[in-house]
Amino acid sequence: MEQEPVPGVRNLHPAYCSLLVKFEAFEWRHEELERQLRKYIGRLSKVKLAEPRLMEIPVCYGGEFGPDLGEVAAMHGLTPNRVIELHASATYLVYFLGFVPGFAYLGELPAELVTPRLLSPRRKVPAGSVGIAGNQTGVYPFETPGGWRLLGRSPLEMFRTNRDGLSLLSIGDRVRFVPVSRERFAELRPA
Amino acid sequence: MTVIEVLAPGLLTTVQDLGREGFGPLGVSPSGAADPIALRIGNRLVGNAEGAAALEMTLLGGVFRFPKGALAALTGSDFGATLDGADLPPWTSFKVNPGQTLRLGPTRSGARCYLCTQGGIAVKPFLGSASTHLLSGLGGYEGRALRKGDVLKMGDSGIPNCPPYSSRALSANRSKKVTPKILERLLPRKILRVTAGPQSGWFSQAAEKVLYGGTYHVSEEANRMGLRLHGPPLPEGAHGAMISEGVSLGAVQIAAGGMPIILFVEQQTTGGYAKMANVISADFSSLGQLRPRDLIRFECVAFETARKLLMEQETLLTSKDLIVETT
Repeated sequence: MEQEPVPGVRNLHPAYCSLLVKFEAFEWRHEELERQLRKYIGRLSKVKLAEPRLMEIPVCYGGEFGPDLGEVAAMHGLTPNRVIELHASATYLVYFLGFVPGFAYLGELPAELVTPRLLSPRRKVPAGSVGIAGNQTGVYPFETPGGWRLLGRSPLEMFRTNRDGLSLLSIGDRVRFVPVSRERFAELRPA
Repeated sequence: MTVIEVLAPGLLTTVQDLGREGFGPLGVSPSGAADPIALRIGNRLVGNAEGAAALEMTLLGGVFRFPKGALAALTGSDFGATLDGADLPPWTSFKVNPGQTLRLGPTRSGARCYLCTQGGIAVKPFLGSASTHLLSGLGGYEGRALRKGDVLKMGDSGIPNCPPYSSRALSANRSKKVTPKILERLLPRKILRVTAGPQSGWFSQAAEKVLYGGTYHVSEEANRMGLRLHGPPLPEGAHGAMISEGVSLGAVQIAAGGMPIILFVEQQTTGGYAKMANVISADFSSLGQLRPRDLIRFECVAFETARKLLMEQETLLTSKDLIVETT
């Protein structure tokens, strides 16, 4: 739909297994647009997608940056180092961006790390925090409330207004997390 | 350059226009005025394109000084405005002389009041819009609510057909007001019309009876992201977590405990709660005027009715008779 836009469609919200289509009610009746969109679905297999990019995201794990690392390790009977190793071992797919600008939903976590979200969300999660929830992982682009369990923090800006494409990650990207030291974190942090 | 000096910001005052639509794939929610009807009419009163940027005030208004004057209008809820001590009627344009001070107080009606000025508020657009998105700190004036001492520029909003403010244009402008008979039909409602939500089929008839038969009150947790309601809980059953999907403006989510939350202009773009209903587009502005402790009810309508109501509203909003000159 980005390649062949439908007139009167004003916004798209892709997610794991759905696409929310926001349309102009003056131009379309619900059922008319649905008919049109079903034609697109019929051609899904013929759509050429861009080659996926492999993006590396440095993360400083544990300590004040990853306040839930110890608890997650304890919940699974693992050492914190093993949790880091597992989290950094997988190549994740960017399923979609949602919640706030530039928040990429990444999956899937190694089975050993699948962990429910916090019972009560934090009021403030610092920007750059790397969290896990269920079989997903992600990086908070802004300081926001959040219920994911925090393992570490990335020095990268996930969303900024002066970058081409704005968001560091796009749908379809492959992502790996690379453990870095506190010193390296400080060096990589934008001034 | 014509400016507005913020002597007092009020409770929560932000720069808003009609929002940035089309960036859902980046996770960017449209934001924009909580009461777009008030914004559009306010802009028409001062001769702007109806989507020009203005100040949105919440529950308690601010105090603003205009060193070089302005042509302005206040729309939405009545915040008891005065200009150098003289009462100002809402929904009417007025001239501000250089050095005059506009003072607004606590609301006497709904949640939000708009200050529109000729030429609009000039801020650097982000993704084509001046709207502030508070959660991510993007857009508007430095991505935040106004503070004491801020100085806002006017007259170069970058919106086509939005003339820059000038004293000559001002003298040529006679005061304009909104035709009361039409305004009456555009004012906020407390019975919100909704259509079925994407997961309405998950809920029992008993749940429908509760949602459509009960009266809910707006909790203190009501802001630009969403309005949490209190009232009869929906029976246990389908509500709870599901696979995250896109959520639309006005979605009535049923969270744990069976209490509805209505998603609003700064909503997160995706979410994992079942959506039992969706407030119709024609009633979005009504949401923007709801205050904590207001009582509301839901009325379910068909998609086609929702579309008809939106078109009727648009006809009123774009009618030539909406705005008349006063003498």
